[in-house]
Amino acid sequence: MSPETSAPYPKLAEKNARGPLIALTDIRKSYFNGDLETPVLHGVNVTIKHGEFVAIMGQSGSGKSTLMNILGCLDTPTTGSYILDGREVEKLSDNELAQVRNETIGFVFQGFNLLKRMPLVDNVALPLLYAGVSMAEARKRAALKLTQTGLGDFLKRLPNQISGGQQQRVAISRALVCEPALILADEPTGNLDTTTSVEIMNLFTRLNEEQGMSILIVTHEPDVAKYAKRLVRLKDGYVTYDGPMADAHL
Amino acid sequence: MNFWQVCLEAFRAMSMNRLRAGLTMLGIIIGVGAVVLMLAIGESVREDINRRIDTMGSNVMVILPGSSTSNGVRAGRGAAQTLTLSDSAALAQLPVFSKVAPIVQQPFQVASGANNWNATVYGVGQEYFDIKDWSTDKGSLFGDVEMRSVSRVAVVGSTVAANLFGESDPIGQTIRIRSRPFEIIGVLATKGSDLGGGDQDDAIFIPLSTARQQLIRSWTPGSIQYILAQAASAEQVQDAVYDSTELLRTRHRIREEQEDDFTVRDLASIAEAAQGIATALTLLLGAIGSISLLVGGIGIMNIMLVSVTERTREIGIRMALGAKRRDVLLQFLTEAIVICVCGGAIGVLIAYLGSVAISKFSPMEVGISTSGIIIAFSFSALIGIFFGFYPAKRAAGLKPVEALRYE
Repeated sequence: MSPETSAPYPKLAEKNARGPLIALTDIRKSYFNGDLETPVLHGVNVTIKHGEFVAIMGQSGSGKSTLMNILGCLDTPTTGSYILDGREVEKLSDNELAQVRNETIGFVFQGFNLLKRMPLVDNVALPLLYAGVSMAEARKRAALKLTQTGLGDFLKRLPNQISGGQQQRVAISRALVCEPALILADEPTGNLDTTTSVEIMNLFTRLNEEQGMSILIVTHEPDVAKYAKRLVRLKDGYVTYDGPMADAHL
Repeated sequence: MNFWQVCLEAFRAMSMNRLRAGLTMLGIIIGVGAVVLMLAIGESVREDINRRIDTMGSNVMVILPGSSTSNGVRAGRGAAQTLTLSDSAALAQLPVFSKVAPIVQQPFQVASGANNWNATVYGVGQEYFDIKDWSTDKGSLFGDVEMRSVSRVAVVGSTVAANLFGESDPIGQTIRIRSRPFEIIGVLATKGSDLGGGDQDDAIFIPLSTARQQLIRSWTPGSIQYILAQAASAEQVQDAVYDSTELLRTRHRIREEQEDDFTVRDLASIAEAAQGIATALTLLLGAIGSISLLVGGIGIMNIMLVSVTERTREIGIRMALGAKRRDVLLQFLTEAIVICVCGGAIGVLIAYLGSVAISKFSPMEVGISTSGIIIAFSFSALIGIFFGFYPAKRAAGLKPVEALRYE
């Protein structure tokens, strides 16, 4: 299956005509401990188009978390160029990076990372507040998103009052609420049982196929990765495979 | 995020850990309460002193007989009767004085009907009342006519009137001083206590001529006990002290090397000293309160630092969701300010209750001023900004990736 199959959306073709969603060129990242340099990424080159569903796989220590942090604009590469949705990330200021995280990326974490003292609706509304939307409007949109994800009855509940699968759906709603260009999911099923994992992965698949949402999943589980349509495999900081999921040997 | 959203977040964070927020606030409550109450007490002491000073009359000095020391031997006031009516008349001729009042005084047991009372009887002229800016509540004062005719008339202070006559009207009644009858022609307005705490209303005033001839006899002809004098203006007080000293030295034929046989005491300088003490007291009390406010502020900083460390992951999540450094800074700063302002409000309330209690259970009248409240309030907000800034800065300076990884 090639990425072009997800092109019944004229918008996607339009966007892709202007340029890819992600263009990583020779991304290198090293950690320094005093004078000791520990290289983690050794020149990663990956291009991802709008509307793709990509899994990044690798063992622990392969550099996938580091790559994920760079892709999410949470960390900066030591060298190399990263263009996200037409913007050269390495040239952005702290404030602009925050804005990119707010507008362009929707994060889904392994540990859900909901703010535990906030009702679900406010958790989902939070990115909108940082985008400058008024409280009333943000709550309205958050409630709508939660209802679409099937959590319309739990708006006022606190995160610890619902199940793990439901919490992850809240987190996905929160990732979607600002209408981002990209969903970045880091081991999204890591804390969930098999049945719930399947539900969550089906939700990602639907988002990708029905709405043309670009999704990037970082995982070490083949069972999770296989939902994606393209696989990028990392080993010791090098890309060892980049191609359609169907051709990959999981 | 707008202001109200940030405030809402701050309240939410506080309600998460009510005990901690409450204890942190307690530091500010005690601090602000102490500052407001201490300043109010200091202020009320100052007002009290000012009120007493006002009763002395303005630009007043008192001229007492007998030097402070005489050849190394100290004589008490009035030990020597060196001042005379003609001294007083000469002083009145000086242009620096607007009014000069010669005075004699002595305590007497006075009686009216079945009641009797011990009060100081003053022999004065009309100038005395002018200098003290004292008028009658009922009836009238005596003047030159009564003075010349050596009339047995009396004007009484309100304390004397209350003790001898109770509720009934003293005007026209007769009191007996050393068996001599005096007719009461006036009751003075209440003046309260003087700087020394003495009751100025516990007094009976009769014409100076009557007093000198019939009650308070003296061996020295024309002698009086002391002189109250008023300078023409505040600027002339120092001149008046100098001129009167010179005049009296000449009149008393005191040689260059000899000490004065009188004392000129400028009441304004005494008043100034008293005001200085009151101001120092207010400052001292304010400083004590400020120290507790400072301690409260350090408590805020401490707790905010703990809170930032504890919520590192939350900060990471917020940054991942698009919070700018400014948003994080503002969030923690607002939390500190909200704690301080809430604590400040409660502190002001407690200070108010304290002032009511003090006014009720002690003779002091303590009132909380609006300016005091405003100062304490803005001060507590400032404390919040000052002590909240460093922890907030630390929160805002976290790297998103490290904050997210924090367990």
